[in-house]
Amino acid sequence: MNTRAPLVIVLVVFFWGPTSRAQVSFERILAANREPANWLTYSGTTLSQRHSLLDQITPANVKNLELQWIYQTRSLQKFEATALVVDGIMYTVQAPNDVIALDAATGRVFWTYSYNPGRAHPCCGRVNRGLAILGDTLFMGTIDAHLVAIDAKNGRPLWKTTVARAKSGYAITHAPLVLKDKVIIGTAGGEYGIRGFIAAYDAHTGQEAWRFYTIAGPGEPGHETWVGDSWQTGGGPVWMTGSYDPTLNLTYWGIGNPSPDWNGDVRPGDNLYSDSVVALDANTGKLKWYYQFTPHDDLDFDAVQVPVLADIEWQGQKRKVILWANRNGFFYVLDRQTGQFLLGKPFVEVTWASGFDQKGRPVREPGQSPSPEGTRIYPGNPGGTSWYSPSYSPRTGLFYISAWPNSSSIFVKVPVEYKEGREYAAGATRSSVPFDWSPAPNFRREEEGYGAVLAVDPHSGEKKWEFKMTDVTEAGILTTASDLLFSGGREGYFYALDARSGALLWKTSLGAAVISGPMTYSVGGRQYVAVNAGNCLFTFAVRQ
Amino acid sequence: MSLRGAPEFPILFIPRKQGRMHIARIVMVDESMKMVLGKQRYPIVNHLRGRSARMWVVTVCILVLVASPPLIAQKIRPGFESDDGKQLFIANCAPCHGPDGDAIPGVDFGHGKFRRASSNGEVLEIMRSGVQGTAMPAFSNELSEVEIRRLGAYLTYLAAATQSTLVPGDAARGKAVFESKGNCLDCHRIKDKGSRVGPDLTDIGSVRRLSELERSILEPDGEILPQNRFVRVVSRDDVTITGRLLNQDTFTVQLMDSDERLLSFEKSKLKAFAFLEKSPMPSYQGKLNARELADLVSYLASLKGNGGR
Repeated sequence: MNTRAPLVIVLVVFFWGPTSRAQVSFERILAANREPANWLTYSGTTLSQRHSLLDQITPANVKNLELQWIYQTRSLQKFEATALVVDGIMYTVQAPNDVIALDAATGRVFWTYSYNPGRAHPCCGRVNRGLAILGDTLFMGTIDAHLVAIDAKNGRPLWKTTVARAKSGYAITHAPLVLKDKVIIGTAGGEYGIRGFIAAYDAHTGQEAWRFYTIAGPGEPGHETWVGDSWQTGGGPVWMTGSYDPTLNLTYWGIGNPSPDWNGDVRPGDNLYSDSVVALDANTGKLKWYYQFTPHDDLDFDAVQVPVLADIEWQGQKRKVILWANRNGFFYVLDRQTGQFLLGKPFVEVTWASGFDQKGRPVREPGQSPSPEGTRIYPGNPGGTSWYSPSYSPRTGLFYISAWPNSSSIFVKVPVEYKEGREYAAGATRSSVPFDWSPAPNFRREEEGYGAVLAVDPHSGEKKWEFKMTDVTEAGILTTASDLLFSGGREGYFYALDARSGALLWKTSLGAAVISGPMTYSVGGRQYVAVNAGNCLFTFAVRQ
Repeated sequence: MSLRGAPEFPILFIPRKQGRMHIARIVMVDESMKMVLGKQRYPIVNHLRGRSARMWVVTVCILVLVASPPLIAQKIRPGFESDDGKQLFIANCAPCHGPDGDAIPGVDFGHGKFRRASSNGEVLEIMRSGVQGTAMPAFSNELSEVEIRRLGAYLTYLAAATQSTLVPGDAARGKAVFESKGNCLDCHRIKDKGSRVGPDLTDIGSVRRLSELERSILEPDGEILPQNRFVRVVSRDDVTITGRLLNQDTFTVQLMDSDERLLSFEKSKLKAFAFLEKSPMPSYQGKLNARELADLVSYLASLKGNGGR
């Protein structure tokens, strides 16, 4: 044996070992549940259940949670990002596009990367919802529709790719999804008459590998659902991160509203693939199947919700399904191999549709469309839920939704002309619960609009329990292996519920709306739970 | 003053301070009579125990309704308190055009009357581009297209909404009605004068239309703005407090009671928490004659913050 071999091994382990440990391979991301101390992708795993296997914080000790540290951003935008945590390092985004690396145990900052976006006008805030990581590289979509790669060690930019033309109304606000050696990203801009798409980029070079247009063009299946040139400005934005099933090699994405909003007269037809979930081959981006939740949408019911993938017993057989609480107020169960509609049931008050036909197409309720004089419709424009991440716990078998159970809007439609880069919205809405992301004084009675966390049985769509809040919620949901559920709301509370019963176990007031999804991680054997409220990121752990 | 369908009472019999103090308590008498009657802290009602207590209670109720200061309770359309178009109008248009849209000669939004537009499209274009040579600015850089259209929709609503049929009144006389006969200052505040329990009316003329002011005086229960709602809380030791709701969340409630105290409660420590179904403000239907009503409305319409009388 070579006498120098032990030395070589020691040197290799010393210098290469820690580096390789920090490398986030795609295999690690796929097996993220095996290392619940980390949070390696936007929704925790590619199945997007937002269910952590950490169980140190329990129903018994959750009352002893105490604040560990706060990170205060220098941004007055909504703080919608879910952080990543990799081996004790937290990465998050200060809106609009500053990446921050922090010590996940203390909150001390390692580095900041500031991206200065060019002209950009996303409809609903200069926000960002998070990052993706592969190897030692972080990936961020920007509000001026670029994809940026950043060195996770020092925050230096590695490459930048133009995804779309921001001047035409394109933007990127969601976290990318890493699939193998590619970074998948979609484009927002449904209020500007874009033609949305999802595209894959080489993680090393930024070269585009494939593109799927969410609005079917000439020669593509689904193009017959558009009339004339309306497809060219048909919208179909993507503004939430998709999911991935490695056993099927399919990636699932929710598509937003057709353009223009609130008046479909200029775009007769179903307007595929707006308001649909699309299942794409992860290697090629080819469409495998789709299901359209709201054909010919004139109510702004973006179907951008995070697709939650679960394997459940369905009528006596194990079935790979997608669980989906849609902005349109219906909870769905779909077969994720075929797209087959298995179940659709309202989880909030719904008036726009009366049910489904045998193929799972919603039956539109006559008169429940925007009108020049205004039509009251449930759910309202904010939806029964929206982009707020739901959670599925394989332990309880329940699906958890941040819901607006009884909100409505008056929908008014008007004519509108498309002008590049200008808002392309053919109407207006007036909602029973106003859009307002700070804790404004609340004078409402419950019947005028409240918020809730709902626990739904996927087998029946039946509500198992409801945790009511006097104000609505734009917070995501996290569940853990100790049957805890963490969430928040517009009132600024962050709280823990018993995931089985909905009983309140712990709460704290953070002083501003929670507009993000909580996440959990572990450093040095200690479990933390983190959430954004207002412009700050708060972390909690059980008192030692 | 005559109260339609009820005996007449000399309203000046009750000192103003007491009248204000009992505005909220009248509801307690209604809803928690035993509780209120047993409390020493309510001297007026405390001596009502006895054979004719019920009659006295009814009498006092009526008396306080008459004597108590009006809370100008305003508009509620259940489920639709967020009127974006109106808010935009108040912020951008009302400063020049007035809340009724008739402050510029030759222009009267409430009657669909414009100087330079004959269609909705032209109205929208004026909002976008302004009118050169006049004080009308272009709003295309200030407001989004959707906001401009919301404003347009609100103008349509204004034209269709009920108009006040009152003849113009005398604001100076209305001030006298407000401060004397109406006892309005017992609950309302204008600048540094009057109670804070009811809505502050310092700039009410900038945000409420004549027809809305009139309706608030005559039918205070018909339209109550969410921020003017009253609630009742009952503590575990059976203390009942009513007051104007200032805020609430899932776990707490904040209010101002009839003594202008800012109070906060944990809902879990309350026996009861409920919205009052009726406004504490009495109707002035039949209590003011047509001229007094017109004068009072004119006075309220003249209250425009620092620019008011």
